[in-house]
Amino acid sequence: MSLLTINNVKTFPKGGIHPADHKLSAGVPIKKLDPPAQVAIPLSQHIGAPATPVVEKREKVKVGQLIAKGNGFVSANIHATISGIVTKVDKVIDSTGYKRDAIIIKAGREGEEWADGIDLSDDLITEITLEREDIIKKIADAGIVGMGGATFPSHVKLSVPKGRTAEYLIINGVECEPYLTADHRLMLEKGAEIIVGARLLMRALGVEKAIIGIEKNKPDAIEKMAELTANEKGITVQPLKVQYPQGGEKQLIKAVLNREVPSGGLPIDVGVVVHNVGTAFAVYEAVQKNKPLVERVVTVTGKDVKNPSNFLVRIGTPVMQLIDAAGGIPEHTGKVVSGGPMMGKALNSLDVPVAKGTSGILLIPNEEAKRGEIKPCIRCTKCVQVCPMGLEPYLLMTLTQKEMYEEVEKEKTMDCIECGSCSFICPSDRPLLDYIRLGKRTVASLIRERNN
Amino acid sequence: MSQTILFTIGSITILGFLAAAILYFIASKFKVYEDPKIEEVENALPSTNCGGCGFPGCHAFAEACVNADDLSDLHCPVGGNETMQKVASLLGMEVEERAPYVAVVRCNGALEFRHKTTAYDGVPNCTIAHSLYGGDTDCQYGCLGFGECVDACNFEAMYMDEKTGLPVVIEDKCTACNACVTACPRDIMELRPKGRKNRRIFVACVSQDKGGAAKKACDVACTGCSKCEAECKYDAIVIENYLSYIDGEKCKLCRKCVPVCPTHAIHEINFPPRKERPEKKERREKPAKKVEVNTATIDNAPAVDVVKMAKKANEESVKKEDSDDKEVS
Repeated sequence: MSLLTINNVKTFPKGGIHPADHKLSAGVPIKKLDPPAQVAIPLSQHIGAPATPVVEKREKVKVGQLIAKGNGFVSANIHATISGIVTKVDKVIDSTGYKRDAIIIKAGREGEEWADGIDLSDDLITEITLEREDIIKKIADAGIVGMGGATFPSHVKLSVPKGRTAEYLIINGVECEPYLTADHRLMLEKGAEIIVGARLLMRALGVEKAIIGIEKNKPDAIEKMAELTANEKGITVQPLKVQYPQGGEKQLIKAVLNREVPSGGLPIDVGVVVHNVGTAFAVYEAVQKNKPLVERVVTVTGKDVKNPSNFLVRIGTPVMQLIDAAGGIPEHTGKVVSGGPMMGKALNSLDVPVAKGTSGILLIPNEEAKRGEIKPCIRCTKCVQVCPMGLEPYLLMTLTQKEMYEEVEKEKTMDCIECGSCSFICPSDRPLLDYIRLGKRTVASLIRERNN
Repeated sequence: MSQTILFTIGSITILGFLAAAILYFIASKFKVYEDPKIEEVENALPSTNCGGCGFPGCHAFAEACVNADDLSDLHCPVGGNETMQKVASLLGMEVEERAPYVAVVRCNGALEFRHKTTAYDGVPNCTIAHSLYGGDTDCQYGCLGFGECVDACNFEAMYMDEKTGLPVVIEDKCTACNACVTACPRDIMELRPKGRKNRRIFVACVSQDKGGAAKKACDVACTGCSKCEAECKYDAIVIENYLSYIDGEKCKLCRKCVPVCPTHAIHEINFPPRKERPEKKERREKPAKKVEVNTATIDNAPAVDVVKMAKKANEESVKKEDSDDKEVS
C-alpha cells in the first residue's frame, strides 16, 4: 500500500476528541492463556434476555458444548469454555457490578476434551459452501455477539428487516479507545481469517461491498489488511483519522460513506451493517471451523503494569488471573476498568469473569483514577463542540437534574452514544455523562409507558 | 401644547374603556364553568401539592373528589382522616377512617455492620450509583446513603444520620406521602401502618442474598432463616427470596419475632423496654399476654435495637435543638 493511500484518511465531521492513545501493548503478540481451573460463565453476556441453562448440576461438559440457550430472538447461546463438571448455577458479580446468574464449571482432572465436530487445526479454510440462512443459523448457534463491547447478538444484526436492503458491510477495526490493542493484534495475526469472516458476513447480508475501517495509528494493520484484500473483489480498506469516537457505529458510517443514520434510526436505515473485526473472526471460527464463541482476545494494560499484554482467554476466566499473567497488580492502582478508559466500567471485584464483551482490562494508577471535584458550569460550550452527535450535554445534564424529562426527550437525549467525550473535556469536571445516562434511562421508560 | 396633553389623555381613556369592554365581553362569553365545590374542597386540603394522593397537586385531587361517586378510593395522606372528614362533609358524603401510615427505613446497614469493599467517587446520587454497581459494600440491596429520599421529602421529615450513613424518618412529621418510596431506587423505604400507640415491627433489611452471603456482607442482614416465621402465630411473616417480610396489616404487635432473630434484623419501634430475664422467668407461669402488657424497668432487647433507638432519640433531640436554634436566629 502506498503512502498516498494511507494519507487519504477520512473522519466524521462533528465533534470528537483526541485523548493520548497509550497503546502500550500494540507490539505484544497475542498469547494463549492456559484454561483456568474454574470458570463462571454469566448467563447474560449480551444485550437482550438472559440465556436459559440447559445443563444440570454435576453434569459433565465438554468445551464448546451448549450450556445455556438463548431466550427469544434477541438473546444468545452460551457454551462451556472448559471441560469438566458443572458445580452450580450461582449468583456471581459480573461487570455490571451486580450479582447475576452464572454457570460455574470446574475443570476435570483428565485433560481437555472438546465437543465433537470442532476443527481445532490452524488451517485456513477460505471456501464458503453455506448459503445465507445457514450462515446466520450457525452464527446464532455459536452465540456470537458484537465483540467490540456492545454485545448485541450478531444474528439479529444480520437478519435484515423486511423492506430494507443492506448495501455495505463495514468491518470495524478502528479501535479508537486508548490503551486497547486487542483488535489491532487480531488484524495483524488473524487477518486472513477476518477477511474470510467478512466474506461470510457479506454473503449472510447479501451485499457485494465491504469496507474495513482502521485508524491511522495502526499503519501495520492497514498495510496488512490492504495486502490481504488486494485480490479480494469488493473488499477495501479505509484508513481513518485518529479521533475519538471514530469507532462509534454512526461516526464510522458517516466517515466512510458520508451517510447519516437518522435520529432514532439504525445503520440498516441507510443500507449499512457494521461488525467488529473480533466479530468477523468469531464468525469465521463458527462457520468454517464449527467452533462456538468460547474465547476472546483481551488486552491487559495500564501505565504501571509490568507486562502489558494481549491474551487469548476462555470466557469465564476471573479477571484476577489475567492481571496476574500480566505481572500482577501494580502498587497504587486506583481503579480496575473493564474495557477502555473512555467507555469502560470500573469493576468492584477482581473475581468478575471475562465475558464476551470484555475487550480489555485497564489498571489505572491512583492519581489518574480519581474524579475531580464537581465545579459549576462556566458555559464554555466545550461539551457542545466535542459531542459527535451534535447534542448539548450541559443542557441535558441540567434538565435531567431538574427532572424536566419532556424537555430532555425533546433535546434528543436518546441519540447520545455515551462516548464520554463531554465528561472528558469538561474543565469543571462535571459528571455530564452520568446525568445524561440517568436522563436516557428515565426517558426510555417514559417512552415505553407511553407506548403500552 | 395643552391641546396635545388633553388629546393624549382623551385617546388613552377611550382606548381603556374600549379594551375593558372587549375584555368583559370575552370573559363572559368564554367563561369556563368550574364547580364552586372544587375550590371549597381545595381550601380544605393542606395545599402541599406533594402528590401523595396520586394526583398532580391538590387542585386535581379536589376535582377528583368532587367528581367521584364515593370517596373510598381517595385519600389525602397528608391531611389524614381529619381532612377527609371535612372533604366528605363538604360534599355530603361519608368516608371511612383509614389507619395512618408512616415511612420506615428497611436497612440497618450502618458502617459498623456493613464493611466497605470499594470506594465510590462518582456522582453523589442514589439512582446514578445504583445504575453503576451494587454499591460500595458487598450488599447490593442496601442503602447507598446519598439521601435521595431526604431530598424528596417535602415535609422535612427525614435526615441523614451521619454516624450510620442511613436516613432516619421523624415520625411526627412524616405524612406518608410516598415521595421517599418513589425516590429510593432500591425500594428500601416502605409505608407501614403507624400501628396501635405508634408501635410497629418490621424487618429492617431488603437483602435477597442467600443467608451466608447476606450475613457476610452485613452483620445485621436478614438471612431468611425463617425463625421469625415459625414464631409468628398470626401468619403475618412470609419468607421469600431469603428475605422475611412482616405484613403490617396482619401483625398483632406481639413482638415475639424480635428476640428470635439471630441477626437482630427485626426492629420494634416505640415499645416499652423489655423486662430483665430473671423477672421474665418468674412470670412465665402467668399468661403470656400479661408479660407483654406489663412494662418493666431495664430493657433486655437486642443490643442493636437499643443502640439504634438511643441514637435515634439522641439525634432527634439534637435535630430539634438545631431547628430551634435556627428559628431563634
